[in-house]
Formats: sequence, C-alpha cells, structure tokens
Amino acid sequence: MEIIIIGAGKVGMELTKQLAADHNVTVVDQNAQLVQNIINIYDVMGVCGNGAGYEVQMEAQVDKAELLIATTSSDEINILACLVAKKLGVKHTIARIRNPEYEKQLRFMREEMGLSMSINPEKAAAHEIARVLRFPAAMKVETFSKGRLELIEYRLPEASVLDGVKLLDLYKSIHARVLICAVDRKGETTIPSGDFVLRAGDKIYLTAAPEQLAKFFRHLGVFRDKASTVMIVGASKICYYLASELLAMGMSVKVIDQNEQRCVEMGERLPGALVIVGDGTDSELLMEEGIEETDAFVAITGIDEANILMGMRVAREYGDGCKVVAKINRRSLVELVSAESMIDSVVSAATVTTELIVQYVRAMESASGAKIKTLHRLVDGAVEALEFSVPADAPFIGITLKDLKLKSGLLLAGIVRGGRIIIPSGSDALQAKDDVIVVTTGTLQEVGDILE
Amino acid sequence: MIGFFLGRILMTEAALLALPMLVAALYGESVLPFAAAIAALAAAALLLGARKKPQRTAMYAKEGFVVVALAWIFMSAFGALPFVISGDIPNFIDAFFETVSGFTTTGASILTAVEPLSRSGLFWRSFTHWVGGMGVLVFVMAILPMNDGHGMHLMRAEVPGPSVGKLVSRMGDTAKILYGIYFALTVLLIVLLLAGGMSLFDSCIHAFGTAGTGGFSSRNLSVGAYNSAYFDILLGVFMLIFGVNFNLYYFILIKRFREAFRSEELKAYLCIVAAAVVIITVNIAHMYDSVATSLRHAFFQVSTIISTTGYATVDFNLWPTLSKTVLVLLMFVGGCAGSTGGGMKVARFVIFAKASYHDMRKMLHPNAVSIVRFEGKVLPEKAVRSVHFYLTMYVFVFAGSALLLSMEGVDPVTTFTSVAACINNIGPGLELVGPMGNYAAFSPAAKLLLSFDMLVGRLEIFPMLLLFSPSVWIRRGHRRHKKT
Repeated sequence: MEIIIIGAGKVGMELTKQLAADHNVTVVDQNAQLVQNIINIYDVMGVCGNGAGYEVQMEAQVDKAELLIATTSSDEINILACLVAKKLGVKHTIARIRNPEYEKQLRFMREEMGLSMSINPEKAAAHEIARVLRFPAAMKVETFSKGRLELIEYRLPEASVLDGVKLLDLYKSIHARVLICAVDRKGETTIPSGDFVLRAGDKIYLTAAPEQLAKFFRHLGVFRDKASTVMIVGASKICYYLASELLAMGMSVKVIDQNEQRCVEMGERLPGALVIVGDGTDSELLMEEGIEETDAFVAITGIDEANILMGMRVAREYGDGCKVVAKINRRSLVELVSAESMIDSVVSAATVTTELIVQYVRAMESASGAKIKTLHRLVDGAVEALEFSVPADAPFIGITLKDLKLKSGLLLAGIVRGGRIIIPSGSDALQAKDDVIVVTTGTLQEVGDILE
Repeated sequence: MIGFFLGRILMTEAALLALPMLVAALYGESVLPFAAAIAALAAAALLLGARKKPQRTAMYAKEGFVVVALAWIFMSAFGALPFVISGDIPNFIDAFFETVSGFTTTGASILTAVEPLSRSGLFWRSFTHWVGGMGVLVFVMAILPMNDGHGMHLMRAEVPGPSVGKLVSRMGDTAKILYGIYFALTVLLIVLLLAGGMSLFDSCIHAFGTAGTGGFSSRNLSVGAYNSAYFDILLGVFMLIFGVNFNLYYFILIKRFREAFRSEELKAYLCIVAAAVVIITVNIAHMYDSVATSLRHAFFQVSTIISTTGYATVDFNLWPTLSKTVLVLLMFVGGCAGSTGGGMKVARFVIFAKASYHDMRKMLHPNAVSIVRFEGKVLPEKAVRSVHFYLTMYVFVFAGSALLLSMEGVDPVTTFTSVAACINNIGPGLELVGPMGNYAAFSPAAKLLLSFDMLVGRLEIFPMLLLFSPSVWIRRGHRRHKKT
C-alpha cells in the first residue's frame, strides 16, 4: 500500500519505522535535515516541502496513495493536508488534531471534509493512563469488545507465587478464568502452551473478563482496588483530559504545578480537582499533600527526565501502596526505563498515537468481509492481539477447537458470544457472529487466516 | 557486514561472467578463462562470508563508502582474470587497467589492436561498460531484497551527481526501474544498429559501449571503421540520450512530461552541446568537403566527449587548436547527474555558475539576500558548499595525478589530457593518447595511477579518497559485548 506521512517528528519517525517494512512510504517534511535522517535509516522516499501544498503533494505522488497521515505540529496544516489529499483522490486520511476547539467539530470534519480519523495525542495518552489507574496492578490495560474483555500486561515480581509454576497447574489451582496469551522473557516472546513454566521477571499478557481478572490478582495477593486518590504533577493538556476522566469516574484528583498561571487555568477548567502551586519534586510538599495515602502518582510534566526521577523516587519510597505512572516522550528514554523496570507504567503520547494509527492501517489492510474490529500490539509490536467477528460462512464454524488445525504461534485468547465471555478450551467451538480474540506472533489479515 | 556485502557483489559478478562464457561457447572458444574466473569469484565470496547473513545488516555512511570503493577495486581485479588466463592481455596490470577502464566506462585501452582479441574477450570487455554504467551496487539492490533500510548510503556513494533522489519509496523498486529503462534503451539501440546492417555481435558491443558511455569498440578504428552517416548519427544521438539523467525518462514513463522537459540541467546540457557543435563545425569546415560532413563529425565528436563515451569517427588530434580546446573543456563538463556518463556533471556546473554569480553580486551588495535556485528549488547553503568541496578535491586529485604522471616524461599535452580523459571517464585524450592512440606506452606504475583516477572519477572522488583516510580503518576502542 502507498502511504504518505506528513511530518517527520517523533510520531512520523515512529510510524515510518512501523510501516516501512510492509508498505511503500513517502515522508514529507519542511525540514530537510529531518527528511535526510529518515531516508538514511529507513527505505522510504523523502520529499522536502510544505505537506499541505498541492505542488509538494503532487511531487510526493499523493494522487497514487491510499492513505495520508498528517502529523505535523500544526493542526491547521494537518487538516489542510488531509483536505488537499482528499481532493487528489486519497481514500483515507488521518490527521493529528490537538486543539480541543477543532475536536468539537470532529463530526463535521469527518462528514464534510472526509477525514477518516483524527487523533488527539494528549487525550489518547490520558485515556491510556486512566485505564491503568482503574486497574493499578497491571502495567498496561487494553480492552476488547467495548471493555467486556481486558488484556493486561503484568510483570511477575521477584518471589512471586507464580515463579516456577506450570501453566496447566496454574489454571487448575485457581478458580479465575484467565488465559496467559503471551510471555516476554528478556526480550524473547513466546505464545505459551500448557507446559510452559513461568519465572520471576517474566512479563505476562493475560486476557479475562474484568471481574475474573480481579479474582486472579486477589489469588496472587497483589490485588489493588481501583485508585481512588490520584496525584498528578504537571498541569499540562494531558492533565486536563486525565483529570476530567478521573473525576468522572469518581476519583479524587490533586494537581501540582509550579506555574501559578497554569494552576489558575486548570482550577477554572476543573472545578472538582484540588490544584496546588508547588514543586512536584519537593518531598516536603508531597508529604504535606498526603502522598502516603495516595493510590496513584502520575508524573506528566513537559520534561521527561523530571518525570522519570519523580516517578522513581515515589516508586521507591511509597511504591507499596502507590501506583506510579510517568509520561516519557523520548523514545530512547522509554526503552531505557522499561528495560530497567524502574517505573510500573510508562506512557508516551507519541507511542499511543502511533499505535492508534498502526491499528487503523492494519485494519485497512484486511480484505473486506471479516474486518479487524480491534487490534492491540504487545511487546513493542512483536505480538498482535486482534478481534474479529466470525462471518456466517467461515469454514471452522461448529468444529471444536481441538479438532481445528490452527497455525503455530497463534492462540485464541477469548470468545465474546452475545455479551458473554468464554475463555476457550479444546471443547469449545466458534459460532457465527462470535467475536474472537486472537493473539499471534505473525500477522493476520482476516479471521480465515487462523487455519493452517 | 562489509564482507557479507562484498561477497554478495562478487557472487553477482560471477553470475554476470556466465554471459561471456556463453559467447565463448557459441564461437567455439575456450570457456576455461571464464570458468576459472567464476570459480575464483565464488571462492573469494565464500571466504568473505557471503554464505550466512550477519545479524546486523545496517549500512551506515562509513560502511557505504567502504563497500562501494572496495567492491569496485575487487570487481576490477577479478574481472581482469579472463583476459590474463585466455592470453588476450597476458600482463595482469594491463588487464587490470583494461577492466577498470571497462567498469568505470572510461574506454581507455592499452591495446594497440583490438581485432585480434578473442570474441568472448571482446564481449566481456564491452559488457563491463554496460554493468559499470548504471552501477553494480544498484544492480545488486535491484535483484537482492534489502530488508532493512540504510541502502541509501550505498546508492549515494555509487550513483553520479550532487544529489540522489529516489523515484519510488523502495530502494529495490527504484533500482529495478532504473535498470528497466537502461535495459530497454539498450535493446532499442541494438535493434536500430542491426537495422543499419551491423552484425549482431558488433551491435551488442557498440550498444554496451554507448549505453554505459564507455567507448570500447570491436574495431581498431572504433566507429570510424564503418564510415556510415547512419551509425554516426544513431550512436551520436544515443550517446547524448545516455548522458541524460535517467529520472527524466521515468517522469516521461509516468507521463509527467512537464517535469521532464522543465529540467534546468537538461536545457543546459543541450545548450552546451549545440554551442560546441556550432563552434567546431565552423572551425573545421575547411578540412572537409561539405558542411554536412563537418557537422556530422563535429556532432559525433561533441556527443562522444560530453557524454564521456570516447568513440571516435575521425582523429580529432588533427583538428585546429580551437576545436581541440573545446573538446578538452567538454571533457570536464561530462553528462548529467544520474546518467551513466562521467565528468563533473552539468548540474554541478550550473550550480557553480549560479553560486559564483551570487557571490559576485554579494561583493557589490554585501547585505543582499542571495538565494541560489536550481531546478526550481532553493539550494541550501550546505548543498552549494558540498559542490564547491567536490570541485576542490577534484582539482587536488587532478593536479596530484598530473604531477605524478609527468614523471613518465611524455609531453605535457599527453600528460594532462590522459589524466583528464581517465578522471572524467572518457578514454581518448590528445597526442599520444588521442582517438587513434592508446595507453600502452605508459609504465605499469602510471597505469595503476590512471586506474585509480578512473575509479576516483566514476565514484565521484569521495569513496576512493575515504578508503585511504585513516579514520575509516582505525577502530574506536572496541569492547566485546558483555553477557549479563
């Protein structure tokens, strides 16, 4: 597929990395140096110029492309680029739109301007943080089938009760219906079978219904209830979206920022939150504001290093009762922090944006008919978890799973049938109109591909 | 990593050698020289580690330059083997010179007579032009999948011209398109030569020489041996065609004619050709019986020199000084960027001229904002500087080579024009190395020096010079990766 990416910033770069292997990508940016960098590293074409201009778009052969993604730092350029591309005949356009004022007219833009998708990175990041805070035991939470099924990432700590446990025995001994669908051990990813033995330090990915997950974590003795008091450092855009979401969920929110002006603004826009002017790195202040009784600490200032250091300190001193989330924008720092497992959960607006776009692209790839409904990429893209709806004419309907010849490196992680969650076993069979969640190390275009 | 890639390139050369081997079999000549060379290449490739792919296949700028420079040296060394083994050119240094001259599409020869050579030898000699014209690494990229990026550094080091643009987003596809255009044009030329009554073998030889803008012929008298206006005009036109940036042909293919014909470089190229033809026609009019004949000779000679091919129909050594000077100046101009031609490239000259104009203006108006535009785009200061840097290095290499070559003790015109003809990948110079002369008189050391100049010219100076710069080879304190 021909894809045009406008804007070679963090998101543009990350998207290029994810898409260049399977697609013909052209990157457009005004900064010649950035374009030069990107074509030195990836096998893509680079065009230098204003991506919203007709001439530049013609030079990038936008008229032959199927998808245009506009991720420059300016909303207006992104919208304009999509408009021009649409007129040139591009079917799908994705724009990154930050300004909440444009966000309100999204429906108009979608219908009248033909925008396929718009992404607000801050809102998306805030949403991801909120999901984690609802389930603090996990490092990361993704949902399928409108939240009926959850997929969570969890790192087995040292001396975990699961250390040295075989999966089959685990499923027998606990009464919660969960499924471990992928394990990341020191960078090596496996889709485990029944005789896989867990080790401390493994990062595991489990799927289950929310209440079953709670049961599972209670069994492990690491269950933490939904965070009820949250402390946020950094009164940024993400903070606004996050605090509104958390307040709507009934949590109590404290916002700390050094800048009085921003604090006042935040106070005006978030009547339910307590806004404090102060330095988030000051331990006296944190103590005064009751960090010891706080369930979750979210560091989202504009400075990555400050977020990491604050997060590390809180994790070390109050980590037993306090969930720590840090926002890190720079890709290299994200890798460092997660490799050292210093902070429970790391969120980056650029990564979240990239994930959402890649999901869209993957869904576009699949032939019509059995479209991908949801897609989550785990372990930095090494594993994909996809949700398909089963068409009525699928060849495997009614055949029990143990009789089906499935591809290797593939696992059916869950079936949603009429709103009910089934964690599949060998005696289950797929039916028409089921939603099935497949976890795989390969790539799937449609549900029929699961068969050998 | 470098070893792996070099191994792959040598394997490719081994595969290419199968073609002259087939020719040898067809003409009932010994296939042994080619079989031996293929075996030697395969052995060397295995030694270099072409068998298993290393885990890290990323190419950075340094690796790109080193691979390109070494690849060209190795290919020439191995490509010389068939000549030595078959006894066509028994001396290895001579054979090496001839092969470098082939791959770099120079067309400078040490042979006093080419007709006694074996058919397969002649074929291989000209086939190296065809391969070297578009570039071997581009060929490797066209046929081998490169799963990760970084190929840009390779392409940049090999493809002539101040800037390299891709046609389509994938490197492999770009290389395929370029080779497709190249192949189609070559086949078209072969067909037209056949139509003119040339034998299939000679058609292939001359088509390869023209396509690569090389200049090896199967006749002692080069194209002049045919003494046919049809061949002169046909080859003259095709030499010009192969001296044009191939990207323009792609634009024509995808029906973006405006872009193709708006090219500033193309206009400059055609203007230079027209001006040179007019000057020479007037200047030599008294030597030939009709204006048409002098026009025909002037056109062919201008086309062969500016495209850096080096075929000859007349001995321009005997022309008046003005015409000779024009031809020598054309040698330095060369073809367009992204063509198979050598020289400094028209694009660079256009940039020199514009930048100089702007600098002159700046002397009068010190605070004027002066912007250099090329092909409708503003040229960043950095691009202008890199073109100037190229010119500086070019002058240094040229002066150094001329100085070293002068130790041979031949006349100054021969000394200077042979360096010019080699570094610009043309072939014939003036006096001793003129169109009817050759390079046989030089000592082995001088031949190696000129071989180096040809490689420097073909790879646009930097890869070869960087190969000899210590920082490429000195390792920065390497430590073994510790296992935790």
